[in-house]
Amino acid sequence: MMNGKHLSGEKPGNSKMRLAERITGSPSGQPIQIMTHQILGYPDFDTNYEMIRLFQESGARFVELQLPFSEPIADGPVFLHANQASLASGTTTKQCLEFAERVVTDFPGLSFLFMTYYNVVIQYGIEEFVKACAAIGIQGLIVPDAYPEESQEFMEACRQNGVEPILIVTPYTSSERLVYLSAVTGGFLYCAARKGVTGTKTSFGKETEAFITRVRSIARTPIAVGFGIQSDQDVRFLEGKCDIAIIGTQILTVLEQEGLSGVKRFLKTIIPA
Amino acid sequence: MMSGHKTVFQTISAAAEALVKDDGYYGNYGGSFIPEILVPAFAEIKEHFAAIKQDEAFWQEYCSLLADYSGRPTPLTYADRLTDYFGRAKIYVKREDLNHTGAHKLNNALGQVLLAKKMGKTRVIAETGAGQHGVATATAAAKLGLTATIYMGREDMERQYSNVFWMKRLGAEVIAVDYGSRTLKDAINEALRDWVSSFETTHYVLGTASGAHPFPAIVSYFQAVIGIEAKEQILRAEGRLPSRVYACVGGGSNALGVFQAFYPHGDVELVGVEAGGEGQGSGRHAARIAYGEGKAGVAQGFKTLFLQNNDGQMKDTYSLAAGLDYVGVSPILADLSERGRVRFTAATDTEVVEALEIIMKTEGLIPALESTHAFAGAFNDITESSGSDIFIINMSGRGDKDIFNVAEGLQDDEWKAFIRRKARQFENAAR
Repeated sequence: MMNGKHLSGEKPGNSKMRLAERITGSPSGQPIQIMTHQILGYPDFDTNYEMIRLFQESGARFVELQLPFSEPIADGPVFLHANQASLASGTTTKQCLEFAERVVTDFPGLSFLFMTYYNVVIQYGIEEFVKACAAIGIQGLIVPDAYPEESQEFMEACRQNGVEPILIVTPYTSSERLVYLSAVTGGFLYCAARKGVTGTKTSFGKETEAFITRVRSIARTPIAVGFGIQSDQDVRFLEGKCDIAIIGTQILTVLEQEGLSGVKRFLKTIIPA
Repeated sequence: MMSGHKTVFQTISAAAEALVKDDGYYGNYGGSFIPEILVPAFAEIKEHFAAIKQDEAFWQEYCSLLADYSGRPTPLTYADRLTDYFGRAKIYVKREDLNHTGAHKLNNALGQVLLAKKMGKTRVIAETGAGQHGVATATAAAKLGLTATIYMGREDMERQYSNVFWMKRLGAEVIAVDYGSRTLKDAINEALRDWVSSFETTHYVLGTASGAHPFPAIVSYFQAVIGIEAKEQILRAEGRLPSRVYACVGGGSNALGVFQAFYPHGDVELVGVEAGGEGQGSGRHAARIAYGEGKAGVAQGFKTLFLQNNDGQMKDTYSLAAGLDYVGVSPILADLSERGRVRFTAATDTEVVEALEIIMKTEGLIPALESTHAFAGAFNDITESSGSDIFIINMSGRGDKDIFNVAEGLQDDEWKAFIRRKARQFENAAR
């Protein structure tokens, strides 16, 4: 699968830098950094590639590549459809890893993370999957159903191979649990701004602010906020409050409705020049 | 309902605790692989379930509902004509079809809706395959004063429309799931998506002994009554335990219900019958264990044997019986199979339709297509038995709901002509 040239861990660009350092050590001076998202194989890998090119050109710094799963229970209707369509067109884990290796090489200005569900990792082989990620240069893994208390093998494989396991917290996470999750997460804490699945609009206001403040007071890592960010106003709201704004569903919706040129326009509005 | 000096709770817990584990792991299976947003919801359920497990008043209320509302105990019917037909083992049928709403599902639905009420919830959601769990949940919600939303795959709605009709008439909202295989697993996913947005007011009444911990334990507790009664009844009728107990297995709730009380008796063989669909090697079945095609994995919040490809993507399943058409299996049953305590077999659609005709004509019983799998499994084995054997077959539900599928399976031309006449009547009336 891997062609061998990166197995030493030597990757182009600054991706050797640990994820947290990449976030806090941003040379861009941006008040907030942007993480975008792609479901691999949807609508096809060529479009994924062009989207990633747009992400780099627009100044996004982090890209979440989702390996599709047949039962994506944390995803809303837009991502659900994309997962199913990608699999229906024959997308495999092997193809996703090969694609990731290509974009990590071709877009050194970006840091890449994988998002998927635990069964995809388990069936590949937990240790083998994490090693493959490390070899490619994938810096973090977001696996929402790898409940950390139940996924020691996965967490350990991440630690051993220098790939960050990114854990999610929500406004409903108790402070006691926040301390635990903050201690075991790698890279950053992913704050889901509300309950529910991906894709529904979040009303950003005092409650979000209070949640982020609570996380900030406990977290020992940078923090990223996602779920329901749909506009530049949402991103501006988060500036100064968290380190990364994660935009997923809205980008896919724009792609589906307005094509690549629409995505380019949208990215311009949300990412400061 | 339960005899002897033991309290209701002691009787139920003695049966359930033989199998149920507090840590939620059953050998290699079980666990709780949930997204972070559901952590508070599961913590709340665990806390309340632990409390009600010790609460005699709760179990008294539950058992009163079962007795005075659902109509328990259900009989254990000696199937004398069926026994004569085969001339081998004596066949007894545990009549869960005689529960109110026509299936064992009400045992669990009443228990969980009562639990939801104790937790202060005002709404319940549920998934349903054949519709029986949806009807049971809608019924329990109506009886106990909660609102209900039921998720059902579009394919299953078409197969079991009579149950959709009843759920709506019972006041439930029925939401069609239009993606994936449009069957039970997709309905579970959609119910989980609802729950991550609504857990503050809503309890998810999972219908089978699957899903994340503690759902397999909760459902096992609320279904334990089946085996407790059956054991008492067979001892009364025969003065001894049965040789074998048969139950169909989709997720596994009726099987665990009837198996639990017999589990400590190692000489009673427990047999789970899965949906063989179009047979082994056809790729169109839901026999995860019997055909040896299930592989350990994590989905829908728990670890069990799933029918999946090498990348971990779930395969489409198929069965004539919508309620057995599930891609995974209870982690408790997966473990019992591995430990050799439950033997798994499968019955094909053809065998099920043949079995149904025999049962109807010899016993005057109309089992659900799901339950008919248990009969078909027993019939497939019966030549190896003798007159000194006793079989108990758990008839988990009644077959009225299956009239369209059965008529189609039997190629009943009179029925088809009737449907055409009815359709013409409706069309003319609409003009």
